[in-house]
Amino acid sequence: MSFPWAKNYEPQHPLMKYFDEKLPLPRLVYNAIGAGYPVPRNLNYFWNFGVLAGAALVIQIITGIVLAMHYAANAGVAFNSVEHIMRDVNAGWFIRYAHMNGASMFFIVVYLHIFRGLYYGSYKAPREMVWLLGVVIFLLMMATAFMGYVLPWGQMSFWGAQVITGFFSAIPIVGEPVREWLLGGFVPDNATLNRFFSLHYLLPFVIAGVIILHIWALHIPGSNNPTGIEVKDEQDTVPFHPYYTAKDGFGLGVFLLVFVALTFFSPNTLGHADNYIPANALSTPAHIVPEWYFLPFYAILKAFTFNFLWIDAKLWGVIAMFASIALLFFLPWLDSSPVKSSSYRPLYRIFFWILVADVFLLGWCGMQPAEQPWVILSQLGAIYYFAHFLVILPIVSRIERPLPLPNSITEAVLAKHADKPSDATA
Amino acid sequence: MASETDTTAGIEDGVRRRDFINIAAVSFAGVGAAAVVLPLVNQMNPSADVLALSTTEIDISAIQPGQAIKTSWRKQPVFIRNLVAKEIAEAKAVPLGDLRDPETIDQRTKPGKENWLITLGVCTHLGCVPLGAAEGENKGDFGGYFCPCHGSHYDTAARIRKGPAPKNLVVPPYEFNSDTVVTIG
Repeated sequence: MSFPWAKNYEPQHPLMKYFDEKLPLPRLVYNAIGAGYPVPRNLNYFWNFGVLAGAALVIQIITGIVLAMHYAANAGVAFNSVEHIMRDVNAGWFIRYAHMNGASMFFIVVYLHIFRGLYYGSYKAPREMVWLLGVVIFLLMMATAFMGYVLPWGQMSFWGAQVITGFFSAIPIVGEPVREWLLGGFVPDNATLNRFFSLHYLLPFVIAGVIILHIWALHIPGSNNPTGIEVKDEQDTVPFHPYYTAKDGFGLGVFLLVFVALTFFSPNTLGHADNYIPANALSTPAHIVPEWYFLPFYAILKAFTFNFLWIDAKLWGVIAMFASIALLFFLPWLDSSPVKSSSYRPLYRIFFWILVADVFLLGWCGMQPAEQPWVILSQLGAIYYFAHFLVILPIVSRIERPLPLPNSITEAVLAKHADKPSDATA
Repeated sequence: MASETDTTAGIEDGVRRRDFINIAAVSFAGVGAAAVVLPLVNQMNPSADVLALSTTEIDISAIQPGQAIKTSWRKQPVFIRNLVAKEIAEAKAVPLGDLRDPETIDQRTKPGKENWLITLGVCTHLGCVPLGAAEGENKGDFGGYFCPCHGSHYDTAARIRKGPAPKNLVVPPYEFNSDTVVTIG
């Protein structure tokens, strides 16, 4: 599970020795996140976001369990029970705002974590399994966030549930029965709210389980690093503790600062005012949009306004939206370049940043009404998104001439410091 | 030693008794698991109270030509629209070949009552309530209904003309009890 020079756990205290013999839990912790886990010495701050995502999950679980003590999952009273939390429950407003904005923070750090992986080629061999499990976590997060958003039973909750379960009605023949099966009725109602609450409570623990597999799979090859070169010997690494516990601790401090600033000073900025109107099955809000973290995918869904071949526009939209995420499962095999880090891939690096811009463009289009010029921009953005993974990436990885790679992580680190003598004296 | 002779004693054509026991046990467990999964999956389907087909009686006498109302049946919105002659003529003027979901206005209304267009107010794309039933709302490019969620336009017979929706607005089962009262469901 680790490099040969990893230190072995040697309990100091007789009590720990006794404990470790019966249940080697201290050993597991020591080897996973302690001094017994060697990590490349050159990780930058982009390597903080995995730990931050874990912290966000813990915050969501703690605030969520507390909210469930006051929330009532019944269509008749759900909206009022959320208002009860906001107005009457001691510190309820804080816990709910923390949970609402905690979801946004979770997605912010996960998106940065994903783009870190894309930039530094962390999805490539020998870490394909880490990437695949990560995509599974991302899908579970999306399902959990969607169902959580339905629980306050406001207008956006209701119409979000109506639209998203509507995706399934696009499936030929069985679509409508599947949708009724998911909803437990013909429209979102009490049955829907109850099952979403049940699953919203369950899924975070499933996510925690997949995270354990994600970290387990990571710890077999060890972390990637900004050079993308694999660790060769001991001098390429430092022990996780205290080096990266400290670095992650600093990152956690910055994360919490942003999180509390959002929660205390601007708690509704990332939400929608319409969700403070109780659900009304007879009136759709004038402008219905999902939460910000779904906007790029929503834009891809909306990009299909025409029938094409024998498939209708609705099914195309749904297929494209799901495909845009499912595509990530194939990424390790679409990019055949043996060089991982974009620092040594001049051509890929350009297309990486175009992809980032494209995702922002799609996100912007997702926010806009279904009118021109947003429709055409969504269509162009969606075409580029798929072209990046299916056309550009396979071609670039074949024709690109990478920059010369350093022989080792240590050499890269020392060369960097030789270039900048001011760093050495600082 | 006795057990060894036991396991070899039952061999016929290379099949041991133990193979039979393994297959039988696993099969039985599989059938049992399937029998448990069935109710666990089925409980998600609409329950009896949701399925209980409610019927809704609506007095349409107050709806003036050109007006529409929004009502509800099985918790789904229903549009009842009193078409004017011009709207009916517009709907009839469209060649069926131009339609994504070809239906004539006669197929979507009752004989002799073709001014009464009764449809679900549920966009066939992803289920939003289209605009156009109330006074002053956007009726879309074809004078019928417009769904603001993803931009589907329906014509005066509530047929899909433009945008991502695949089907015309659904006509629910209904009967005229008299000239002024209609029962939906």
